[in-house]
Amino acid sequence: MPTRRQLILGAAAVVATAAGTLALGAWRSRRNPPQTDASPLPLALTEMDWRLTSQRGVPVGPGDWIGRPALVFFGFTWCPDVCPTTLINISDWLEELGEDAEALTIALITVDPERDSPEVLADYVSLFDARITGLTGTPDEIARTAAAFRVRYEKMPREDGDYTMNHTAGVFLFRPDGRFAGIIDFHEDPAFAIPKIRRILT
Amino acid sequence: MKYLLAALAVSMTASAASAQSCPSWQSGDLTLTNAWSRATIGPARPAVFYVEIANAGSVDDSLTAISTPLAEMPMLHETVVTDGVATMPHVSDIPVPAGSTVSLAPGGFHGMLMGLTAALAEGESFPMTLIFERSGEVTIDVGIAAYAARGPACQPDDS
Repeated sequence: MPTRRQLILGAAAVVATAAGTLALGAWRSRRNPPQTDASPLPLALTEMDWRLTSQRGVPVGPGDWIGRPALVFFGFTWCPDVCPTTLINISDWLEELGEDAEALTIALITVDPERDSPEVLADYVSLFDARITGLTGTPDEIARTAAAFRVRYEKMPREDGDYTMNHTAGVFLFRPDGRFAGIIDFHEDPAFAIPKIRRILT
Repeated sequence: MKYLLAALAVSMTASAASAQSCPSWQSGDLTLTNAWSRATIGPARPAVFYVEIANAGSVDDSLTAISTPLAEMPMLHETVVTDGVATMPHVSDIPVPAGSTVSLAPGGFHGMLMGLTAALAEGESFPMTLIFERSGEVTIDVGIAAYAARGPACQPDDS
């Protein structure tokens, strides 16, 4: 089963990265207790290397986002609560930002490439805001992308043979030069979201 | 003055008509209101169910199950975010303590309706039976809001 294998590879990459981070932390401060940073930060877009396909069938890589501030989040369209809520929040922010929002790149990267084809993403994203790009790829490509963002995801099989996905739920912010600028957490007070976005718009 | 009052009455009626207030249901000490769901793209994706439950009594209760002819597998879930990762564990019951109000709402407790027998269409509604530990069963009518709705299409009762 290529998907399971891929998830294992993806998990291995995340574990390797985490182990590397811990090793580096230990090297930095040998006498201090080891650092237990559960959520390492995404790389800068300029340090990432991945290629996905948009809902319009266009190839997209991290280099395509340099020059504009970007909001990026991971999710899947079979998700009944978290993903619609995130998309609705983003639609609200875009509305509140008004014309300033035009400068933003906004992307949803699926963690469920088996079901989220470009066509499925196109139907879904259009329900929320036409400015949101949906990205998908092969399971390998998604795993590689998720690792660059330090995003974790996991397939959760259900008794009836269907499945759902656990996944990192925050919205990542990147400056126009590709530097990572922060995360808007899923349960963050909406009052803090707009100032965070304004900071990457300047 | 009479005209002014008449005008006021008319305008109030008009604003009430633009969004009907959400219906509520009673079962013992429990009041259920603001029941809603979102339209789904086709029947394959799971649907969601939200509602507000107020317990005016002096005895704790809990919601133990939901059931609807629209879904073969309706379950109670909670969205939990741990270290940034969202999971949606199944919950065996949702406590409704005495004198408090519990919301099944976006980002928290919710009903997840799997195995839909039909797609959910905006503007329609479906019956939902909630089973409480103490108050027994109550069947309510759940209005279906838009795909990207933030809340019910009816006017929520904030009282």
